[in-house]
Amino acid sequence: MDRRNFLKIIGSGVAGAATGNLLTPGRTLAKEGTSAKELYGILVDTTRCIGCRRCELGCAEVNGLPIPDISESKNENLLKTIRKTSDAQYTIINRYETEKGTIFVPKRCMHCNQPGCVAACLVKAMRKRPSGHVTWDLNCIGCRLCMISCPFDIPKFEYNKAMPRIQKCNLCYDRYNNGVLPACVEVCPTQALMFGSRRQILDEGKRRIAANPDKYIEHIYGEYEVGGTSHLYISSVPFEQIGFRKDLGTVAYPEYSTGFLYAVPFIFVLWPIVMLGMNRATKKSKEDEGHHEEKGKH
Amino acid sequence: MAGEKLETVEIVKEKDESPNIKNLGDFWNFLKKELIPRGNIGTPFNVISLPIMLLGYVFIVLRLAYGLGKPVTNLNQEYPWGLWIGFDVVTGVAFAGGAYVLCFIVYVLRAEKYHPIIRATVLNGFLAYLFYAGAIVLDIGRWWNIYNPMVGNNFGVNAVMFLVAWHFFLYMIAALIEFSPTIAEWLGMKRLRKILGAMTLGAVIFGITLSTLHQSGLGALMMMAKSKIHPLWFTEFIPILYFVSSIFAGLSLVIFEGSISHKVFGPQIDEEHHKSYDDIVIGLARICAVAMFGYFFLKAILLVHEHALPYLNSTMGFWYLFEVIGFVLVPCFMFVSGAQQKNLSTIKFAAILTMLGIILNRLNYTFIAYNWFVPLSEKYWPAPMELIITASIILTEIWAFRWMVNRMPVLRKPPAWAIEKH
Repeated sequence: MDRRNFLKIIGSGVAGAATGNLLTPGRTLAKEGTSAKELYGILVDTTRCIGCRRCELGCAEVNGLPIPDISESKNENLLKTIRKTSDAQYTIINRYETEKGTIFVPKRCMHCNQPGCVAACLVKAMRKRPSGHVTWDLNCIGCRLCMISCPFDIPKFEYNKAMPRIQKCNLCYDRYNNGVLPACVEVCPTQALMFGSRRQILDEGKRRIAANPDKYIEHIYGEYEVGGTSHLYISSVPFEQIGFRKDLGTVAYPEYSTGFLYAVPFIFVLWPIVMLGMNRATKKSKEDEGHHEEKGKH
Repeated sequence: MAGEKLETVEIVKEKDESPNIKNLGDFWNFLKKELIPRGNIGTPFNVISLPIMLLGYVFIVLRLAYGLGKPVTNLNQEYPWGLWIGFDVVTGVAFAGGAYVLCFIVYVLRAEKYHPIIRATVLNGFLAYLFYAGAIVLDIGRWWNIYNPMVGNNFGVNAVMFLVAWHFFLYMIAALIEFSPTIAEWLGMKRLRKILGAMTLGAVIFGITLSTLHQSGLGALMMMAKSKIHPLWFTEFIPILYFVSSIFAGLSLVIFEGSISHKVFGPQIDEEHHKSYDDIVIGLARICAVAMFGYFFLKAILLVHEHALPYLNSTMGFWYLFEVIGFVLVPCFMFVSGAQQKNLSTIKFAAILTMLGIILNRLNYTFIAYNWFVPLSEKYWPAPMELIITASIILTEIWAFRWMVNRMPVLRKPPAWAIEKH
């Protein structure tokens, strides 16, 4: 290997460092959140929810979204279909008929402990705040990989705007910074929602289950699902009966891409060396080269 | 008198071959001259392609004015990625894989046999990246922020998309350096040609490394869609499948593009190259067959490894078998028999089948086997404007390719002064 080629290889190594994770493969941004002392979230007690949709109204008012009509006649009609959150609704309530009667389930961002959307974002527009809030920022380029990477289908994109945004619940991050409860928790008339640190709400969920073993099933949705979420649910019926996926596993979603990320530095360092070696090994000896003058085509 | 005349003729001839560019003014005049269309303008291809391209440009304005959703595209909350990412970007980049595979064969392994097609392949790869990166700008919702992964202080350094974005960008530079000696020959810049030629091996090695990573990286983007992609397609080895399939996807496009180029640009190609061409295609068919068999074998192992066998007996299972047998195993055998019997039509047909299979495979990951449980009525179908904009981008790329091949020594022999030893 002569000096020029050596420098060429060093050059590609430097460029490799410039491309990102050479020194810290697999340490996804989503992991930073878990180093915080307390993540905040909401405990949803589905046995207490009465489907009044006041949380939808409160959420829309605070976040500047279209104001929903929550009159009883409207609710009766609307709740016939299972809805999803949208680019104009951060939170929605669905109604399920189960063996234990009618159950209402509020749905919004789960604020995963290690969110897939945060690990997917190439410009840190989606961030897991130290307080547990998963928020979106204006430096987003709109690639929509966060939507693909979310196991709960939460981030929504404004397809019909020339200057679109990603829309999702941010657990009222601004209100949290001002010491105010999230809008949905504040307006809930039956205390179906409880805001607190993850430790507090997990304890409270376990306490309620232990105190009423006949009322609740022994499962807190979000305690272990996808590595744990800050939004937790307790229920009187198995969760698959009220619209939850039970096949998501307990592995934090960012973990699925770390295998590839670990391979990156290896390939970046080994590939050039191996290829240069092959190039040297296939070089013809000097005597041959004298006879063989390559014609132009380079 | 006669001697003088001869001399002037010789000088004119030399000037014709390589322009004498000394300053920006010369360059501008030369470029203006080169931009003038050559030959017959009213060819059937031009007559058909130009209106489609212009219509596409109008629709691009509509997309920028009205946003990504209806009426331009059918993208929705269930299907964030559609034809533009699935076909233009992900499939397009797989097709551009021929450039790094051939660079590896020619510059690293020094298989001189394939040298005559390297320039056209690298040019095709470079233009593919240029235009498919253009397609990304259209698909990105907040396109005015596109520089954010490159400039600023908010880098998601451990996001797969961050690596893919950087590798696209760096690979385009590497591919441009690989191709640049041809541009220098076109401009008649002898010194520059020498400098750029010396950079080729470095650019090739860097380019292959980047290609390995972003071809597989495109697959790694789908890793967090675990709960959405059908278990027959989802495996933790998606990145490796994407990388291996880019080898035969790229070479199939080289075979396909070559067979068209040899008809269209036939007069530019010298006798020697024409003779060796069949042998080159047969060699490529052999490489394709081996890569495809490896890919098929991997697919079969993964089917067992991921416990996905029971899913085969379902609609999605039949769709999976249709893709893997009809568009991988069948063309694989066709490549083998075509290479053995030296039957070029079989090889070309196999190349077309393989390309269709790659399109099918990448679209499966982006919207067919993605959210496969969504009822048919709510599924994503490409909107007419999406299709026309895609066609418009492809046709523009072909126009750019044609313009360069007609002016630069891509298929024809380089000027005499550029002959060099390897």
